[in-house]
Amino acid sequence: MKTFKIGGVHPPENKLSTDRPIEVLAIPAQVIIPLSQSLGAPSVPVVNKGDAVKVGQLIAKGEAFISSNIHSSVSGKVLKIDEAMDQSGYRRQAIFITVEGDEWMEDIDRSAELKKEITLTKEEIVSKVKELGIVGLGGATFPSHVKLMVPTGKKAEVLILNGVECEPYLTADHRLMLEKGEELMVGIKILMKGLDVKRAVIGIENNKLDAIGHLKNIAKDFDGIEVEALKVQYPQGGEKQLIDAVLRRQVPSGKLPIEVGAVVHNVGTAFAVYEAVQKNKPLFERVVTVTGKNVKNPGNFMVRVGTSINELIEKAGGLPEDTGKIVSGGPMMGKALNSVDVPVVKGTSGILLFKEKEARRVDPTNCIRCGKCITVCPMGLEPVLLAQYAELEMWENVEAERALDCIECGSCQYTCPAGRPLLDYIRLGKFRVGQIIRNRSKK
Amino acid sequence: MNDIIIYAVIFLGVVGAASAVILYFIAQKFKVIEDPKIDEVEGALPAANCGGCGFPGCRGFSEALVKSVNEKQSIEGLSCPVGGNDVMAKVAAILGIVAEEKEPQIAVIRCSGSKENAPKKINYDGPATCAFAHNLSSGESGCPYGCLGCGDCVAACKFDAIYMDEVTGLPVVKDNCVACGACVIACPRDIIELRNKGKKDRRIFVSCMNEEKGGIAKKNCSVACIGCSKCFKVCPFEAITMNNNLAYIDYEKCKLCRKCVLECPTGAIHELNFPPRKEKVAEVESNVEPKIEVNKDQSLDTKE
Amino acid sequence: MNLLTLSGSPHVHGDSSTKKIMYGVVIAMIPAMLVSIYFFGLDAIRVTLISVIACLIVEWAIQKYLIKGPVTITDGSAIVTGVLLAFNVPSNLPIVIIIIGAIVSIGIAKMSFGGLGKNPFNPALVGRVFLLISFPVQMTTWPKPAALFSGLTDAVTGPTPLGHLKEAVKAGRTVQDVLENGSSWVMDGVNYSYQIPGYVDQLMGNMGGSLGEVSAIALILGGIYMLYRKIITWHIPVAYIGSVVVFSGILWMINPDIYVNPGFHLVAGGLMLGAIFMATDMVSSPMSWKGQLIFGLGCGVLTVIIRIWGAYPEGVSFAILIMNAFVPLINRGLKPKRFGETAK
Repeated sequence: MKTFKIGGVHPPENKLSTDRPIEVLAIPAQVIIPLSQSLGAPSVPVVNKGDAVKVGQLIAKGEAFISSNIHSSVSGKVLKIDEAMDQSGYRRQAIFITVEGDEWMEDIDRSAELKKEITLTKEEIVSKVKELGIVGLGGATFPSHVKLMVPTGKKAEVLILNGVECEPYLTADHRLMLEKGEELMVGIKILMKGLDVKRAVIGIENNKLDAIGHLKNIAKDFDGIEVEALKVQYPQGGEKQLIDAVLRRQVPSGKLPIEVGAVVHNVGTAFAVYEAVQKNKPLFERVVTVTGKNVKNPGNFMVRVGTSINELIEKAGGLPEDTGKIVSGGPMMGKALNSVDVPVVKGTSGILLFKEKEARRVDPTNCIRCGKCITVCPMGLEPVLLAQYAELEMWENVEAERALDCIECGSCQYTCPAGRPLLDYIRLGKFRVGQIIRNRSKK
Repeated sequence: MNDIIIYAVIFLGVVGAASAVILYFIAQKFKVIEDPKIDEVEGALPAANCGGCGFPGCRGFSEALVKSVNEKQSIEGLSCPVGGNDVMAKVAAILGIVAEEKEPQIAVIRCSGSKENAPKKINYDGPATCAFAHNLSSGESGCPYGCLGCGDCVAACKFDAIYMDEVTGLPVVKDNCVACGACVIACPRDIIELRNKGKKDRRIFVSCMNEEKGGIAKKNCSVACIGCSKCFKVCPFEAITMNNNLAYIDYEKCKLCRKCVLECPTGAIHELNFPPRKEKVAEVESNVEPKIEVNKDQSLDTKE
Repeated sequence: MNLLTLSGSPHVHGDSSTKKIMYGVVIAMIPAMLVSIYFFGLDAIRVTLISVIACLIVEWAIQKYLIKGPVTITDGSAIVTGVLLAFNVPSNLPIVIIIIGAIVSIGIAKMSFGGLGKNPFNPALVGRVFLLISFPVQMTTWPKPAALFSGLTDAVTGPTPLGHLKEAVKAGRTVQDVLENGSSWVMDGVNYSYQIPGYVDQLMGNMGGSLGEVSAIALILGGIYMLYRKIITWHIPVAYIGSVVVFSGILWMINPDIYVNPGFHLVAGGLMLGAIFMATDMVSSPMSWKGQLIFGLGCGVLTVIIRIWGAYPEGVSFAILIMNAFVPLINRGLKPKRFGETAK
């Protein structure tokens, strides 16, 4: 069975909510929609305080090249445009909307009927994806339309769909593949048309046998779509790792996947693309897994963007007494939140609650130079060296050891017997090196 | 027996002499001609190699000084923060010019978010590096402008002039600070500022960097500057400016009248090294709440 | 509610820890320990216990009173060093000498560099070599192995197979002659005779030598356990043993009269102990597998060179220590293959 070549770990899967069907969460009384929801520049609001908005109405425009449109997820009134705590841990600009009813924009097709026929042209698809604010739903929230625009001189050969969900605990993509298989396939077809490729491969880890079987079954009706079962290995969901696993091609350092003729999209994104192109529905809701060992009813919920995480947790059985940490995303790459009053955004794939005991890290001891971090690093780096250089503030060395290649998967820190905060220091190193490089290019 | 000693002495002597001759010629060949003034200037510098002047060590600074004199006949813009005016005067004498006097400066911590004033709302569990904690989130107290308390400034200080107060969790600058500016660069939140030492070491400054709106700032920290502009209005010398909900006292203009200190409703303005206030002053400023005093080591029990 | 914790990802940690690794090594050493007790009796227990306790006390005292930092003797690394040191000395070593060995191992080789993880050389080997140079007589007087607890009172000493063979070959005899006929000599008017034990005996451990090195089988058992627990990887032991076999095999084929066959090199002496337990010490071995192969290779070649042409009959300790010195160089020179890098 295929997997990527270098490194990798296999943390306990703990997929507690695998058999919980996607449940639609009730619309909250107020939503807070942050203006920075995708990679790149924050969007610029196009509504004012007091404006009435409908579900699916454009409320903020992405004006930079790497930026995305944001649509209202509810109908109601704009309460204010102010700073609000978001997942970054800082207060940043957000649009507050008080909910009144559930009135959708007229041009959104709300029927559940599957629309297979793709009528739009290639260019129309790209502009639709851009217009309706589709971003990568795997977690990095890279604006999808940018990925659909193949740079001149390059040729996309294969579209790879990321259904790996290698993060422990999370099951949002898994449920989506099971429940929305057909829509997903049409979404893939649309992406294939947008990219002008003949072949698409859905990569799924072998711990989701039902999803593999289900999709293989449906894929028979769709030309050029294959389903590839992959060996369970973290971080297979990393773009470069997935390409390596599926195509046996390695993207060179600092280059984009298009360099080897591949484009990777998350299965969630493919579903969003289907809804956008076929149903004219902007991206304003997504599937979020709420899970954790002491959560009463872990589950998968269809949530409107901007809903407070608190509502989600309440739905899943309330915040347990001994919660020690709240993580947005998976346990390996997710971000710890500093309060429950943080809105769900486009990139929120899961809410993970840790018990107090699980929340504390082990106390770091001396490095015993076992080299395990080097063995597991999927990018073939030397985390121990990078962390040491960063700790000693030797930024040139950090750069020379190719810190910027690091995908921050956390395998090194996960496996370190001495419990050293390797990734923390590498991240610091990456941040500083990034600053240095920017300064250099300014000069 | 004697033979051996004699042979050894002769042999070693010959080898030594030959080496000396070779060394001499090599030294002549690779001699680097340097302005002797560089050595002289370096001798006058404090040899702390702190980099506070912006050059790599005292040697680098002396080279820059000599070069500047050779090119422009002045050492304008170059100064050694450690040595201060005395050292710069000496250096200027060596270089045959006159140095301009500069006010001595000292580092000032512009945050009072101690454990008591800005209680912890979350636990930070990671490496004790402010730079990383700053990237991770707004910090344990929730104030995105406040001190993170991991001590990057302490680590950066080469003069042992700054330490972390265990009780408050804030850094404290000692009197031996030479204003090299290493901590200013190290602090990811730019809390530390170099300010003029002032007459008799007396200083007044706003001990807060929070640019959020008053209510939000106050929620996280009881001694935050809430941007009420009271100090701005009371200042007779126009030394205070208001920017983004934050007051700033220009140390060049401030005449140390201390009116703003009494006016501040949260106690965000600190006064250092002043004698105890006379009753009279308090009477004059009768509309002010009970008097606020900050003693020398910036202890932060000065809530209203 | 409690305060939430905030930290960077990852938020989960694997189940490996320094403690688990160290105690895993201790468990892996149990078979060899049992064999040593069988052949050398209570002496073996005495040496091992004293060595371990001395190592623990030295580490504790240094951390408590010299460094004045946290005491970490429970992490098991001092126990590993203690047992390994005991494995490397004869069973009749006086207590004082063992304690000196422990002080050198922990105090000089480990703590003076900064404690666990900072030592460039394997602490137990440094201790052993220090003792070997300082107390050559005591360190090379090997009690003859005996069945359990017999001969406890009148411990008879004898040479190690390697040492004996080296002496005999030096004296002009051929290897085959020594192996088959044994030898006898007269010293101080007493007749001595010695027959090098057969391969089976050597495998089991029925030969003269240091505590832990005698039984190849028990050591291999421990090695398999460590491989299973993923404490070590196969690279160093295989490269080490393989290079010994190849190098000594070449010499043996050139002249079997002077050079003994590779099988003898494998089972006699401390090769197995060195290859499985000493060279694989994480702290003082290279981190990448390529580096580990080179490290093992260097150890193997050096071991054979020292055994055949060196002053000492046994070369494992020196070989590993010499290669330890090259580890930083190996780590620096051999980078792992980066992702996306095409093979040169």
